[in-house]
Order: sequence, then structure tokens, then C-alpha cells
Amino acid sequence: MHALLRLGDDALVLAQRLGEWCGHAPALEEDIALTNIALDLIGQTQSYLSLAGSLDPDAPKTDDELAFLRSDREFKNLLLVEQSNGHFGDTIARQFLFDKYALLRAEHIAQQTFDMDAAAIAAKAVKEIRYHADHSSKWIIRLGDGTSESHSRIQQSINDLWKFTGEMFAADEVDIAGSIAGLLPDLSALKTQWDIEIDKVLVEATLVRPKDGAMKTGGRTGIHTEELGVMLAEMQILPRTHPGASW
Amino acid sequence: MSENKSNWPLWEVFVRSRQGLGHKHVGSLHASDAEMAIGNARDVYTRRQEGVSIWVVPAESITASSPSDSEALFDPANDKVYRHPTFFVLPDEVNHM
Repeated sequence: MHALLRLGDDALVLAQRLGEWCGHAPALEEDIALTNIALDLIGQTQSYLSLAGSLDPDAPKTDDELAFLRSDREFKNLLLVEQSNGHFGDTIARQFLFDKYALLRAEHIAQQTFDMDAAAIAAKAVKEIRYHADHSSKWIIRLGDGTSESHSRIQQSINDLWKFTGEMFAADEVDIAGSIAGLLPDLSALKTQWDIEIDKVLVEATLVRPKDGAMKTGGRTGIHTEELGVMLAEMQILPRTHPGASW
Repeated sequence: MSENKSNWPLWEVFVRSRQGLGHKHVGSLHASDAEMAIGNARDVYTRRQEGVSIWVVPAESITASSPSDSEALFDPANDKVYRHPTFFVLPDEVNHM
């Protein structure tokens, strides 16, 4: 249940963030690209949260109930995805660091047999995330190996977000139990693969991989940055004000 | 590579649908390079399952016939029915063309 909430919440919070670009992206085509990615993520969220909500037969919850009625302390997303959009480069850096992780994670879940429902969701997600990762990687290369201004700005974006990358690989009891059961990947093995993928792109983008410093964690257990509360307030105000309303 | 949006060249997009045999022109978009053009075309023109294959061509590579020449270019073909391959009598064995 916790694992599914984490998967659903990562996608939900990131989708909400990307939705903020609607109408504001630097180019029309990029506006559509970012919002398409957001819609893909919302699809994943609906599937994962519906599955999570159905696990307790005595108190089933819908994906909407989980998305709109939980407080920030009950959200299990990574701190990385709740960071604000910043400028386009910040958003691309956030996508790049997350997409590579999300792809490896989804590829694992798609081929495990512990939970076939999750496997089906992940199999569909793999195709979507493969495109997201390609999109963000190509942009990292364009911006990094671009002008001196784009290069220094995207380097700064990556430097600023690096402290949130450790949380992706910090295994806690849920991750350990999940990987023993087979549902979740082993995070240290995942990190090795992620490092290879990230480094490949950074080299081609002529960017420098930041040194690991102190890593921020807490999102997986509901301890979030102040960003999330503000975002959720905006996201949840309507369904909370008009409970049970429908279009 | 140019970072200034107004310098991004224009690309014409052609998409082949699942049932189609040829790529049809569906519109145009701006992108800084061919790879981005394919990605943008996928995002903009295939959202609703329109296609299975995309071609992007820099708009400047396309030469179009001029409307003012259409009389000279196309009218002469209208009354030359002997050019159409419809006057052969086909034997039954191959008469399914």
C-alpha cells in the first residue's frame, strides 16, 4: 500500500507542477509537450492510487479521495517533485533527474510478478516515461551544450536540485520489504544504473556532475518542504469546498 | 544552436495514419533541430492517435507550385482521356485491378 502511494504521489505532485506551465511555456510546442507529460503522469496516478485505495476492502478509497482529501503529512512523494517550477531550465533539470529514476523503477515493476496489477500499470508507464526521459535528456543536452548563458543556468539548476536526489535511493523499511517481495527494485542497484544514465547525458551536455553533499529526505514519510502545502491548498480547495460535486 | 525562439526554423509535418498508405500533411511547427521537430510533431499532431509515422521537413526545402500557374500546369490534362489506362480489355484471369 505504501509503495503504491509513493508511486502515485510522485506522479500526482509532478503532474500538478507541470500543469502550472500550461499557457506559460517558452514555446507553444513546449507548452503542449509539458502538459502532455503531465497528463501521462495523471494517468499513472489514477491507476496507482485507485489500486492503493482498493487494498483495504473495509475502507476502500477512490483515487480522487486519496488525491484531494489527504493532508500534506499523508503524501508520500519525493521532495524532488514538489520543488517549484522555477524557470524552464529548473523544470527540465527536475524532470531529467526524476525521469531517469522513474524509468528504471517502472521497468522493474513491469517485469515483477509479485503484484500483477502494478506490473500492468508500470508496463504502460514505461512507454510514457521513456518518452519523458528522452525529452528531458535532449533538452539538458541542448541547454548544456548551448550558449554560455544556457550552460551556466542549467548547471545551476542541476546544482540546486542535487540535494534532493539522494532521497530517491535512500531505502527505508518499505523499500526493503518491497524489494525482498520483488515488487520494488533494489535501490542501490538502481542508483548504479541511474548514475550511468545521468553521467552519460551530463558528459554530452558538457555539464559537471555536482558533488554529493548532505541530502534532504523526509518526503517518503510525509515530512515535506513548505512548497507542498501551498501546492496542495490550490489543488484541493475546490473538491474540499464542494465535497461530492461532479461535472 | 539558437536560443532565440524567433530564430527557430519552420518545419512542415506529415503523418501516416494506421490505415493510411502515405504521409499526409497535417500542419507545421517551429523547432530548433530535426530531433526536436519530431518530438514536437509527436506531441502536437499525434495526441489523438492520428498516426504511426512522422516525417518532418524544413519548410524552406519545400517548393510549391504557384497558384497563378495552375491553369498552364493542370488544365491541359483535363481533356486527354486517352492517357487514362481504362481502354484495355483484361482477360478474366487478371481482371481484378
